[in-house]
Amino acid sequence: MGALSVNLCGIELDNPVIPASGTFGYGYEFAELYDINCLGTFSCKGTTRQERFGNPTPRIAECSAGMINAVGLQNPGVDRVIAEELPRLKKCFHKPLMANVSGFSVEDYAYTCQKLDEQEQVGWLEVNISCPNVHGGGMSFGTDPRAAYEVIKAVKAVTRKPVIAKLSPNVTDITVIAKACEDAGADGISLINTLLGMRIDLRTRKPVIANTMGGFSGPAVFPVALRMVYQTARAVKVPVVGVGGVSTAEDVIEMMLAGATAVEVGAANLVDPFACKKIVEALPETMARYQIAALREIIGGVKQWEKT
Amino acid sequence: MKQSIFTIERSRPLARDVVELRAHGDTSAITAPGQFVNIRLTGKFLRRPISVCNVAGDELTLIYKIVGGGTRQLAAMRPGQTLDLLTGLGNGYDLSPAGDSPVLLGGGVGTPPMFWLARELLARGKPVRIVLGFNTADEVFYVDELRALGADVTVTTVDGSRGVKGFVTDGLPQDYSYFYTCGPEPMLRAVFRATKTSGQLSFEERMGCGFGACMGCSCKTLTGYKRICKDGPVLRKEEIAWER
Repeated sequence: MGALSVNLCGIELDNPVIPASGTFGYGYEFAELYDINCLGTFSCKGTTRQERFGNPTPRIAECSAGMINAVGLQNPGVDRVIAEELPRLKKCFHKPLMANVSGFSVEDYAYTCQKLDEQEQVGWLEVNISCPNVHGGGMSFGTDPRAAYEVIKAVKAVTRKPVIAKLSPNVTDITVIAKACEDAGADGISLINTLLGMRIDLRTRKPVIANTMGGFSGPAVFPVALRMVYQTARAVKVPVVGVGGVSTAEDVIEMMLAGATAVEVGAANLVDPFACKKIVEALPETMARYQIAALREIIGGVKQWEKT
Repeated sequence: MKQSIFTIERSRPLARDVVELRAHGDTSAITAPGQFVNIRLTGKFLRRPISVCNVAGDELTLIYKIVGGGTRQLAAMRPGQTLDLLTGLGNGYDLSPAGDSPVLLGGGVGTPPMFWLARELLARGKPVRIVLGFNTADEVFYVDELRALGADVTVTTVDGSRGVKGFVTDGLPQDYSYFYTCGPEPMLRAVFRATKTSGQLSFEERMGCGFGACMGCSCKTLTGYKRICKDGPVLRKEEIAWER
């Protein structure tokens, strides 16, 4: 076991750095730039039962220290992911993959997860019950504890691999949803997906994004994500994957202190395609600076202020 | 695609709100006219995609319009300052179907990519006719530079304050073998309708990453879904689906 390694739901990761779904495609664009096997794993583009084009453009807006996207789960559908994307990925990525899945009904989720569960390359299923950019699906499952329970229960019934529920921050108390997922059998919880946001173009007076609203991400959301990771890690027994605004090795360590076993990096990949590689490379030096011998030892290691 | 640091050599205004930027650095990933670079600016989260006007050795020329805070910040940068660029983005124009008498149509800040394209076509011994469209005379730029290459340049302005009064399509010659164009979408639609040959059109879209990862700039085409940043920005006339 290396100083950077962590165990996520029974699978050893060389390091805790995982590009987040939707910011890394199916990996090839980045494999052209560097050997993506330096990553812990990566979470692939959200996959649905049927092919989806997604939302009309513009789908992107800039914000201070972040961005809004309303892509709307564009993907080729699970059958083509298995027939085309996974074989192509096999040539450049040799580690277990985190397969990200979304859906519009409990049956959709179960169907897609079952198919991906059978794929040798897949290590974990990350079940996205938190996409803010689609109607009648995604986030509606992640904002209601009963619906979240139903989805995870159905997925667990037809799969063998670890199931990680990806949660939405657009709720009053995220620990309620996290506990519902844990009760349904989730092997891990990842959070946060994007925060629902909006921008208006002053010249046209229209929303910048054609879908009006979209998911806000980037460094600006890091404190919110960190807080929710902290709350969730104290509420559930299963491992937590920290996601939201992470862009440096210091952010990774902070997330892990808050309770994350592994850490996903999202929007940072879009502005610096080498972001994840740089974070992995910066970890040993950063650990040394803060007297950390092994990353797995700091998970949830945040200390409390003494009450006076 | 490559990530490299470029050093600004010169930044000069060309017309109202239009700036020409010259910088040197590693241009090796830039392989075709019509490609673009994505510029990181201090304090701005997303990069700014700007099409390549010309490449000569390690010297890169970009022309852009000041439209907001990012481009205003870029315009304030001085020689010697450095820029973090992703280079070699997008497919660029395919020169092989040009035929004997191609026509190039540039609208506003869609003009810059026509410079390198014209240079490449002229180097292949093809006579190049260019039609440029602007709103008013004070927006016109790069006519002398394009003429100096040896291209036959026609200028159109909407208000008639310079050249032919009307749109870029009003300057379209009678006969041509193929067309290449870049400009705002209403102009691309007009060019699409007015042209009788096949051709290639370069599109603009709000982008997230600029290199194909985020699916922020996807469009529907007759040959499937395409990412403007990676599978475009240049699309063939035959594959364009206007009803997206």
